[in-house]
Amino acid sequence: MDTEELTEQETALYDRQIRVWGVDAQRRLSKANVLVSGLKGTVIEFCKNIVLAGIGSLTLIDDRLATEDLISANFLIPPDESVYGGKSLAELCGDSLKDFNPMVRVSVEKGELSSFGAEFYEKFDAVVVSCCSLTTKKSVNEKLRKLSKRVAFYTVDCRDSCGEIFVDLQSYTYSKKKLDETVECQMQYPSFEEATVIPWQALPRKVSKLYFAMRVVERFEMIEGRNPGETSVADLPSVLKLRKEICEAQSVNESFIPEALLGRLLAGTREFPPVCAIVGGILGQEVIKAISGKGDPIKNFFLFDAVNGKGIIEDISK
Amino acid sequence: MASEEQLYAIKGSKVLMVGAGGIGCELLKTLALSGFQDIHIIDMDTIEVSNLNRQFLFRQSHVGQSKAKVARDAVLKFRPHIKITPYHANVKDPDFNVDFFKQFNVVLNGLDNLDARRHVNRLCLAADVPLVESGTTGFLGQVTVHVKGKTECYECQPKPAPKSYPVCTITSTPSKFVHCIVWAKDLLFAKLFGDKNQANDLNVRSSDAAGSSEPADNVFERKTDEKIEQYGRRIFDHVFGYNIEVALSNEETWKNRNRPKPLYSRDVLSDELTQPNGDVEKGKTDDPASISAMTSLGLKNPQEIWSLKENSKVFLEALKLFFVKREKDIGNLSFDKDDQLAVEFVTAAANIRAASFGIPLHSLFEAKGIAGNIVHAVATTNAIIAGLIVIEAIKVLQWDASSYRMTYCLEHPSRKMLLMPVEPFEPNKSCYVCSETPLSLEINTHRSKLRDFVEKIVKAKLGMNLPLIMHGSALLYEAGDDLDEDMVANYAANLEKVLFELPSPVKSGTILTVEDLQQELICNINIKHREEFDEEKEPDGMLLSGWTQAIRPEKENANSVGNGESASDASQAVAVELEEGNEMVEVPAEIPAAKKRKLSDISVTRSSVTRIAETNSNKIVEELDEDDDDIVMLDDDGFSEIGKKRKSQ
Repeated sequence: MDTEELTEQETALYDRQIRVWGVDAQRRLSKANVLVSGLKGTVIEFCKNIVLAGIGSLTLIDDRLATEDLISANFLIPPDESVYGGKSLAELCGDSLKDFNPMVRVSVEKGELSSFGAEFYEKFDAVVVSCCSLTTKKSVNEKLRKLSKRVAFYTVDCRDSCGEIFVDLQSYTYSKKKLDETVECQMQYPSFEEATVIPWQALPRKVSKLYFAMRVVERFEMIEGRNPGETSVADLPSVLKLRKEICEAQSVNESFIPEALLGRLLAGTREFPPVCAIVGGILGQEVIKAISGKGDPIKNFFLFDAVNGKGIIEDISK
Repeated sequence: MASEEQLYAIKGSKVLMVGAGGIGCELLKTLALSGFQDIHIIDMDTIEVSNLNRQFLFRQSHVGQSKAKVARDAVLKFRPHIKITPYHANVKDPDFNVDFFKQFNVVLNGLDNLDARRHVNRLCLAADVPLVESGTTGFLGQVTVHVKGKTECYECQPKPAPKSYPVCTITSTPSKFVHCIVWAKDLLFAKLFGDKNQANDLNVRSSDAAGSSEPADNVFERKTDEKIEQYGRRIFDHVFGYNIEVALSNEETWKNRNRPKPLYSRDVLSDELTQPNGDVEKGKTDDPASISAMTSLGLKNPQEIWSLKENSKVFLEALKLFFVKREKDIGNLSFDKDDQLAVEFVTAAANIRAASFGIPLHSLFEAKGIAGNIVHAVATTNAIIAGLIVIEAIKVLQWDASSYRMTYCLEHPSRKMLLMPVEPFEPNKSCYVCSETPLSLEINTHRSKLRDFVEKIVKAKLGMNLPLIMHGSALLYEAGDDLDEDMVANYAANLEKVLFELPSPVKSGTILTVEDLQQELICNINIKHREEFDEEKEPDGMLLSGWTQAIRPEKENANSVGNGESASDASQAVAVELEEGNEMVEVPAEIPAAKKRKLSDISVTRSSVTRIAETNSNKIVEELDEDDDDIVMLDDDGFSEIGKKRKSQ
């Protein structure tokens, strides 16, 4: 462990949070590098949270040009076309995030997630992807797993008033306080691929319906070649057909996945800012935990639905 | 996303936010993004550096400016067309009366102290406006909904009183570091630098115990021509040496305790008077914020635990700097966690006392947390809680009472949940705030003065701001600016009388009516005379009961958490609100307290948990066929334990 002290400026700025997670955790945070891709509401919330927390560096990827729709839940970009017109989401958000905390290095990378190689991903301690296809999710996850160093991987997606976070910390050791002593804990995580191929019958009985509904919609988008969130209520009949096929293959009754829930996920393509704040907040906390090696991390799915108000952790592993 | 009906309700609403701090910044942002068009926001605070790690609407360049105003400007940058009305003012100002509150569809609290929360609760009840209440500490948080007649009000369950310590523990027998901090802050610091007219237990000790020739007060006065170094050493020797010797002479006290060790400056420091690097010149204008004993002594790391010698140097140096550089402040200082020199002085004094009593020493960082009642705070929890507030606010705007929830944000999952919704409780029928239930007070009517009743009960316990006290039709006391001189004199005289000797005597069986015109709260108190009170257990010398004994007697620890900044200032001489669950402050005896707090923060009665499960399966249509909703009600170990504990009511 390095014994480098925090500067006076850092101590003053981070006073309240050092009282939560300690000086060691703060030091580790300030040396960590995080990559995010897919800059919509939830990820924006996440970026704000970890920049405030004093992460070492944050790299943004999102070449999409800003549009009114894309920035509907974005508080980093003024809704003025003469300001955002012709610029990418990553550029615009980067400029704004720099102001939040001058001690954090914020930078922008151009290109497709799938085009980057090992030497690029190796620079990071945590990678968060959103708004990308199932194929890209899986391929980034696999790439990270092949690196010589352990890089934490997260996906986050919000649909309607629901949100889902997936976490892969591979083989992870952390410390936690139990009564007066600190104990070491060990956890093994499956990849996204490994987790999602587990037969539904093999899962515990009470896994949240939202988990299954998200898998159906995700599969639908992949088959149809849609971008994530490019759905509407008009897709419901096709999705119900897909539900039937999947449920048959999994030997579960199709009423297992409520139609109303699927309908909401397909229709609600415009972001709901309170859910972005909640899910982006939970994700921020998770990344801070994983980097600092302190506190119980989520294993391995977090699901939130504003309709019932529950934020649930599901362990989808063998 | 929000449905059409939701958007309609949002767009037509007018909301009041109280607090533009940790939760407030997040809340204002989320409200604006969600489509709210007319938001009013009250906050009396100005921006400080330690806010910037989470109050993301503020920048370094805003330090010192009004939170409400800067927050407004920052949000208008990304939502220029909405209306935000800021008030840089205290929510308890008379301008914010019932009529002011009536203009809003819902009030959203992001406050950091019990006092203001109770005040807003009363105004919301009086104005019949729904209130969404919130609080966070570290990774924990909660959101509750209070709608008159439908759910419990914020005060239906008694709130934890500030932790207070018996006077003698502080003045003579400290056993924990926090006792030393309270002594250093509320007694020694107040004595040396505060209002000289205020009663202070420090002088009681130093005079009566010793029978010394000079009046105790003079000990703390700097004599004319006394060099500041001599004065500092004299104070040091008096409080850490002489006073301890005096205390030791009372053998009875130390029968079952470790005897403290008197400390004198000549033993701790060599005889040479401390000469810091660089002379301090009188009259040089410095920024008071940059005056620091640590700086002049070359101590850099606030996380480091100083030796006894270092603490002694800091003590003398800080004392000297106060007299040389901040002389005009002396006599009207009260401890402020943001006053560097004050924190240094209190840290050093507490540590020297701790050394004397064999208590482990602490760093300035830790001491500051304890002395300033600093509630630790992170951005993420505030963001989550703000999101939950907006979700509840939208339900309130649609009068969707069956789906109101109180939600707990947990650090460790309970029944797999990190965010746990619970159906709100019904109003407590014996709540003196929302149900006009009389209270009863046991008090010695022959010894307690009206002033004790006003300060310790009406203000401290009932949280009234501008009270009026009546006995039948006789007006005994009234507070306010618009009273004529005769009345003021009359009330002032009444305050000093014992209850039994008031113009209309108060005795066993008397019913007093206490009213706050601003809060529109009125309650009756049945008086019972009682001769004796236990000094340790009932330090107020009176016992208020009524709603406190209703329904959930053991929930003393639950339900109120601060939002970020300092918790409310403890006004009593020896009272301090302890910080909960602070991992950094390793005062052993505080850890169980922290645990208990966390547990009770998430506790809910079994029946309510069952209720929510039933409600969900009945009413949330799309989940009719789900079986995962019952997860809340089954008995997990931790949960049923809490359930049992609380079920006993």
